[in-house]
Amino acid sequence: MELYNLSISELKNKLSSGEITAKEINETFKKRISEVDEKIESFLELTDQIKDNEKNDNGLLANIPVAIKDNMSFTEGETTCASKILKGYNPPYNATVVNKLKESGANILGKTNMDEFAMGSSTENSAFQKTKNPWDINRVPGGSSGGSAAAVAAGEVPAALGSDTGGSIRQPAAFCGVVGLKPTYGLVSRYGLVAFASSLDQIGPFTRNVEDSALMMNAISGHDPKDSTSVNREVPDYTKFLNEDVEGMKIGIPKEYFDLDIDEEVEKNIRESIEKLKDAGAVVEEVDLLSAEYSLAAYYIIAPAEASSNLARYDGVRYGQRSEKADDIETMFKNTRSEGFGDEVKRRILLGTYALSSGYYDAFYLKAQKVRTLIKEDFERVFEDYDLLISPTSPSTAFELDSEQTPLEMYHQDIFTVPVNIAGLPAISIPSGFDSKGLPIGLQMIGPHFGEGKILQAAYTLEKILDLDLRPDNLEV
Amino acid sequence: MMSKKYETVIGLEVHVQLNTESKIFCDCSTEFGGEPNTHTCPVCLGLPGTLPVLNKKAVDYAIMASRALNCEISEYSKFDRKNYFYPDLPKAYQISQYDLPIGKNGYIEIEKEDEDKLHKLGVTRVHLEEDAGKLIHEGTIDKSSGSLVDYNRTGVPLIEIVSEPDMRSAKEARKYLDQLKKTMEYLGISDCNMEEGSLRCDANVSLRPFGQEEFGVKTELKNMNSFKAVEKGLEYEIERQKELLEKGEAVDQETRTWDEDLRKTISMRGKEEAHDYRYFPEPDLAPLEIDKNWIEEIERTIPELPLEKKMRFVEEYNLPEYDAEVLTDNKALADLFEEGVESFNDPKEVSNWIMGEFLRLINENEIEVAESKITGKKLASMLNLMEEGTISNKIAKTVFEEMFETGKEPEKIVEEKGLKQISDEDKLEELVDKVIEENPEVVEDIKNGKDKAIGFMVGQIMKETKGKANPQMVNQMFRDKILG
Amino acid sequence: MTKEINKEEVERICDLANLEVSEDEKEKFTEELGEILNYIEKLNELETENVRPTAYPVPLKNVLRKDEVGQSLNQKEALKNAPDKISNQFKVPSIMSEEE
Repeated sequence: MELYNLSISELKNKLSSGEITAKEINETFKKRISEVDEKIESFLELTDQIKDNEKNDNGLLANIPVAIKDNMSFTEGETTCASKILKGYNPPYNATVVNKLKESGANILGKTNMDEFAMGSSTENSAFQKTKNPWDINRVPGGSSGGSAAAVAAGEVPAALGSDTGGSIRQPAAFCGVVGLKPTYGLVSRYGLVAFASSLDQIGPFTRNVEDSALMMNAISGHDPKDSTSVNREVPDYTKFLNEDVEGMKIGIPKEYFDLDIDEEVEKNIRESIEKLKDAGAVVEEVDLLSAEYSLAAYYIIAPAEASSNLARYDGVRYGQRSEKADDIETMFKNTRSEGFGDEVKRRILLGTYALSSGYYDAFYLKAQKVRTLIKEDFERVFEDYDLLISPTSPSTAFELDSEQTPLEMYHQDIFTVPVNIAGLPAISIPSGFDSKGLPIGLQMIGPHFGEGKILQAAYTLEKILDLDLRPDNLEV
Repeated sequence: MMSKKYETVIGLEVHVQLNTESKIFCDCSTEFGGEPNTHTCPVCLGLPGTLPVLNKKAVDYAIMASRALNCEISEYSKFDRKNYFYPDLPKAYQISQYDLPIGKNGYIEIEKEDEDKLHKLGVTRVHLEEDAGKLIHEGTIDKSSGSLVDYNRTGVPLIEIVSEPDMRSAKEARKYLDQLKKTMEYLGISDCNMEEGSLRCDANVSLRPFGQEEFGVKTELKNMNSFKAVEKGLEYEIERQKELLEKGEAVDQETRTWDEDLRKTISMRGKEEAHDYRYFPEPDLAPLEIDKNWIEEIERTIPELPLEKKMRFVEEYNLPEYDAEVLTDNKALADLFEEGVESFNDPKEVSNWIMGEFLRLINENEIEVAESKITGKKLASMLNLMEEGTISNKIAKTVFEEMFETGKEPEKIVEEKGLKQISDEDKLEELVDKVIEENPEVVEDIKNGKDKAIGFMVGQIMKETKGKANPQMVNQMFRDKILG
Repeated sequence: MTKEINKEEVERICDLANLEVSEDEKEKFTEELGEILNYIEKLNELETENVRPTAYPVPLKNVLRKDEVGQSLNQKEALKNAPDKISNQFKVPSIMSEEE
């Protein structure tokens, strides 16, 4: 079996036993990328780091190839956020997570494609290329971290980092049949993550199984003095939670979520998986939660508002592209930004600017932040009695490229994932099965604040029960 | 000169740059000057992905300034983003404070000529924010070829001090500024140098008929680069508004800039209109909870403030108000004075030397008081030598200059340079006799009533002894010997 | 809360956001934004009179650092990505209205 089918822990074992060398690993994955990436287009740029490998053979991820989403600052190559406006930008500093990966010995092979500035649910908003879903190249990989999800699913790298503001790790993980985890807000440093919505963004890992996810979490979590929103809290060894045991675990099924429009096959599969957990000893009950629609509505004020401010710095003065039509400052600003941003980004900047503008702040932004409190408290109430909640990650499986959905329809792809960001909770998406078209279905587990352990344990258990074959070799690519 | 019909209403916004070592949200140096773009980092350049981390000292200084201005400290305070586009603003927003500033409801006290009590001028708020970069225009006025930006200054901490519209004349505004500046200097939290930009002032001024409660239309004045310019600018603006109102015309609400060369305010209409800053709470920074302990810790470090000190000097040392004013103009000077008085029991004498010789040398040499090698103790030692008669007043000036130059103890200087006053009667008598012998005509003049000529004779002795002869003794000897 | 968004509003916010959009785009955005704002109306179904807004997802406070000077970028690094520069400063076209 080709090495690219192996998980991180399997690769580590073979490395330490001497069965394979670091060089072989590197060559295998690079070869895999060269074979499939033309079709899948996960990568925007390749940045092989083999020379660094020689330094640290003892790290947690020593010699393991990884990829990172192109919105994370890396001194190698460009950091474009898949936007024309940052084409050519070469950062003079590394994101904290990048440094952590390097310290753990990982080999960063490249920057992955995404929706421009992380705004989107299909990776079709990239200014440069459209990533394909490795399970069906006529379909989207999800977004905004589509490149990272597809790269892992196709065996181009065993792990990749993505970012999640409203579901941008979990939804692509579901569409691509991989494991995607969004940590509790504040657990992983945001320093070096190009900001989209500051109070919602988090970095998290894509892996092919839950064990690897725990390993990646060990590598990237922890307090960062450079990030004032980073929590100063001892980080557990997440691999300790890899136990096949859900005996007595109380699992809540949000009634209001399942009342919304969900693809029939998706709902059936999710309910079946939930039953399997019940059979394994978990206590499963329906719970009442505020409708996810409120979260979505609040999200579509808060995220664009913060984004409109975070993206104002792209003005052509200090880095990135500058319009040639720039006779004076005002026209330089306008033309640079109008030429440099895609439609979805413009849409959200306008929406956000509107929500914050004079006269509307109270009605929109302030109102949304108050609703946010209600949503947070609602979850906290439920978590007093339940260990975790389960829902489908996405209402459907991967849709086709160029599906021409309206913006609002596209936003609804995130209906189950958004509430999690609004409340700052951790959540994981794991493959739960396939639909009749052979497309992966994702199941989401939501935990209480800093409850990564619980969701990892339940996810690990379910993964073992389902025992799905998700090896890249199964793909047609 | 205030119009009989109209009352002037002035409010001032002062920005004070804090002299912390590092910037407010990153650890770049705040040092002034320096090659362009050498004190920058990803954070203060606003590079994608960077985040701010708050400098505790900046908060300490803001609390200190607030308390020194008699403000209440907000128990709960936070930062907000002020969004606008400008090339010197890297993030296209300034991190500032909007609705929950650190200090509020304070006041500054000034002295008014016709009042016994001190007059309170309200301070509405004191808040923390970050400075922007420096933009310089290239090319000539006719053919501008662009602007250049240096980001060294972005992220230097500022406090913005907003006054109540309590001032009623340009003079009062000036007093407010003087007192504010002195207070900040005493606290040691800023260089308060308008030329270097560590202190900036904008003014709001309006007129209203006497007795009316409602404020008139106000104009904002910017670009005044010295306290004098503030005073002149306000005076001009008050006159301008008065003339409009007296003609029955309305004053436009606008921003005007003070033109130093033309000596007038000019409208900046169109530029500063309707800025919608879209303030919202800064999500990248945690809020501040300032408890009593923190406030008390800071209050303990606040020194005696200028007005207090001045009044105490008058009271305790029996000094004229003028002296007290000069001596308390800056803290180092006041400290020097008090150190001197500790070891020499004549405060007025100490004061005279400081106001006279010391300040003269300071100005000539263009150094700061704190930099001088003279200490209060050394000055006192010198004054003691004078009192003992070891040196004369004239010689003391020489000793003082040497002390200023080298920092040596006065006793040492006297010894090294052999400046001890000659008060030995025999020695002096010898010299006196000699000069009398050598100048018979002058002696005749003196005998004939030309009293002034004694000065000449004394002068000869002084020349001979290089100023060391005791002039009083010599003078007396001449009188005794010649006039009997 | 709703304000039907019209083209003038869109123009105003385009100005604020320094975005220039064509007439067609303006029409399209006006419609799309209207739809989204309509959806957001939903929030009015919830009573929030006495609810405090969540400005910070994590309950942190007083996150401070020591006043110590660290490492700055050197001049070359700072200017590395500048689209236009001269004499070690970032160059930009002239500001239309003359101001300090």
